[in-house]
Amino acid sequence: MNYLSSTDLRTVKVLEQAEFPSKVNARNKVVEDTAKLIKELGIKDNAVLSFHHHLRNGDYVLNTIMKEVQRQGIKGITLVASSLFPIHAEMIPLLEDGTIENIVTSYISGDLGRAISYGKLKGKIIMQSHGGRARSILNGEIEIDVAFIASPSADAHGNISGVNGHNTCGTLGYAIADSLKAKKVVAVTDALVEYPNYPADITEDYVDYVLVIDCIGRKEGIVSGTTRVTRDPVGLKIAKDTLKVMEATGLLKEGFSYQSGAGGISLAVTAFLKEYMIENNIKGSFASGGITGHLTQMLEEGLFSALFDVQCFDLESIESLKRNPNHIRMSASQYGNPEVSAVVDKLDFVILGATEIDVNFNVNVTSGADGVLMGGSGGHQDTAAGSKVSIIVSKLFSSRIPVIKDRVDVITTPGTTVDVLVTERGICVNPLRTDLIEAFKEAKLEIVDIKELKEYSESIMGKAKPIEKTDRIIGLSQYRDGSIIDYIYEVKR
Amino acid sequence: MNYRTLLFIPGNNPGMLQSSDILGADGIIIDLEDAVALTEKDAARILVREYLLTFKPEGNYFIRINPLDSPYFYDDLEAIKDLDITGLVLPKASVESMAALEDYLDKNDLDFEVIALIENAMGLETALDIVRASKRIVGLFLGAEDLTLDLGAKRTKESKEIEYARSKIIAAAKAAGIQALDTPFTDTDDLEGLKIDTRNAKDLGMTGKTVISPRHVDIINQVFTPTQKEIDYALRVVEGVKGAKEKGLGAFSLEGKMIDAPIIKRALNVLKTSGDYKEEYDELLE
Repeated sequence: MNYLSSTDLRTVKVLEQAEFPSKVNARNKVVEDTAKLIKELGIKDNAVLSFHHHLRNGDYVLNTIMKEVQRQGIKGITLVASSLFPIHAEMIPLLEDGTIENIVTSYISGDLGRAISYGKLKGKIIMQSHGGRARSILNGEIEIDVAFIASPSADAHGNISGVNGHNTCGTLGYAIADSLKAKKVVAVTDALVEYPNYPADITEDYVDYVLVIDCIGRKEGIVSGTTRVTRDPVGLKIAKDTLKVMEATGLLKEGFSYQSGAGGISLAVTAFLKEYMIENNIKGSFASGGITGHLTQMLEEGLFSALFDVQCFDLESIESLKRNPNHIRMSASQYGNPEVSAVVDKLDFVILGATEIDVNFNVNVTSGADGVLMGGSGGHQDTAAGSKVSIIVSKLFSSRIPVIKDRVDVITTPGTTVDVLVTERGICVNPLRTDLIEAFKEAKLEIVDIKELKEYSESIMGKAKPIEKTDRIIGLSQYRDGSIIDYIYEVKR
Repeated sequence: MNYRTLLFIPGNNPGMLQSSDILGADGIIIDLEDAVALTEKDAARILVREYLLTFKPEGNYFIRINPLDSPYFYDDLEAIKDLDITGLVLPKASVESMAALEDYLDKNDLDFEVIALIENAMGLETALDIVRASKRIVGLFLGAEDLTLDLGAKRTKESKEIEYARSKIIAAAKAAGIQALDTPFTDTDDLEGLKIDTRNAKDLGMTGKTVISPRHVDIINQVFTPTQKEIDYALRVVEGVKGAKEKGLGAFSLEGKMIDAPIIKRALNVLKTSGDYKEEYDELLE
């Protein structure tokens, strides 16, 4: 009630003594019966349910909840899952019987992706970036009815922490937007801990229920024990050349910022970068993204001032998050939402992978060589767009198939935001980046035209046969700002 | 060409062959000997031929053939005689096997470079004779694993047991004006140990090192690459020699030190290794 607009305060009703409020009795949020909770939530046909993927391929929560939804005969669900892994193949029957009608995700791998590519999803699949997902939830483009938040630990009032409990996963950056905007928020946990649960990634004021189940996940699928730098000499050669590229840009200096993936070549770049920083006495500003032990060690050694962590990749990074105040949690929105000030916009370098790249520098990390969904943008689009220099590292051939195409199967990241490709047989620069071409010339760093490199690779391996697709569009590759940059077609069996 | 690194690539591994030219080594030794099982010898020969003919890799390619006392020596030579390669590595080198190789190369009019792999006591003690048995030889290569086995010595990381062998190889190589190539460092993960071992070999006089792990290439190249200070000094020596020649002086001093033939030779070697050598320098020692 806005009393400031009242012209005559005598008209304002004042409570009688009998109407005065009583003391608060905190509502019991804890539920132990999944079926009962689903009923209580009033989930109806065509509801929108969301999940995060911090438990990665060890996640039991999505399967547990969705199977209960299926048992209760609810149909037409739109599944808004930040990523889907092979463990979620158990959802295939739910596509077939219409329990799940649409999927919105940023990454999908395993048999569920295969089933969708072969046309089993009755509705559509929308592939988003991590930042794009946060944007679409926060600006209301996607309205979530219930967010089920897998919680390594929660107290009875809904303070959720990713670093306490037995199935820890570290930060819960991908679940923040869901917790802020979903009509109902359920913490799903197997570790109900004493109040208050600190440090909380999501606080009690955003949580409506705490569902306690036997087990939220399989530990070995949640995080790797360690993430390893590649030992493959070709990968190492690419990593070394990537460092030369970074040096030649002139941006590799005091206060630079950096992000790389957790793939073998990307980790090797980080390892070479570390040596370079020590040798040249350079301290970086921040590193961001999914965080590995390699980066937390660099933080400990003072090579970076801070880490922005949206997702912990290994046990070492979870430990670091727990004890190092300069290891900072960030939400997917802070990470890459194009509608707000985001960390990716301050990045100097990002090192990214590619399943395919085309002569216009468009990158596909969504589908594989057989056209089947086996990935997705994750932060690819966001970091490529935000960083000063986005560098794709890839071998020229993958299982004897050339990585450079005339046109990628599905455009995940538009070539207008991709700056450099580093392969074992040459470095290509996007012609749009005349400044980089000039800088590399100055640094005597040899570059090669991407079309020439494509011709070379095809002269060695030949051209891959086109992937056979039907005419049916099964989904869309959405850009981080909400626009659509490609169709996703059904693959012919 | 001074080979700082000669990297072994198994002749039966298509993936490694295909990438061999991008790994930063000054030369590649494709191996038909120890890396290839007896049952794979034919297949490896075919694969190596196909690789070299199809990919036509740039760079210096050597092939390690099987030794004379194996049934594969001549089969290997027949299979590779028409290939566009730099040269051959002769394992278990002896005066006899080198003579047999020379004879074959003469008869087939082949100008391959030859590197002799010294890996037994007899080879070591007759190293200079082996060199003299070949007009194509460009280097002596110490194979310490087999040699220590033959000597009954314990092979250690510190490599004290091969100090004599290293020095002997170096002396024979230097006497003949060819390269002295060190044995590979076999612990692929110990990069610090590799640095120490390579520096030790270089300090004794080795001019390059053979390599079994691509991850070792950069470190060894670095150890054998002259520093900028050494290059700058060598260039000043060369300029000094040129100036002295113009003035008709036999000897001259640079920065308070007399410059004579050994110093000039050392400077020229530095420039050859660093890639700063020019053809016009050939006449400076005349």
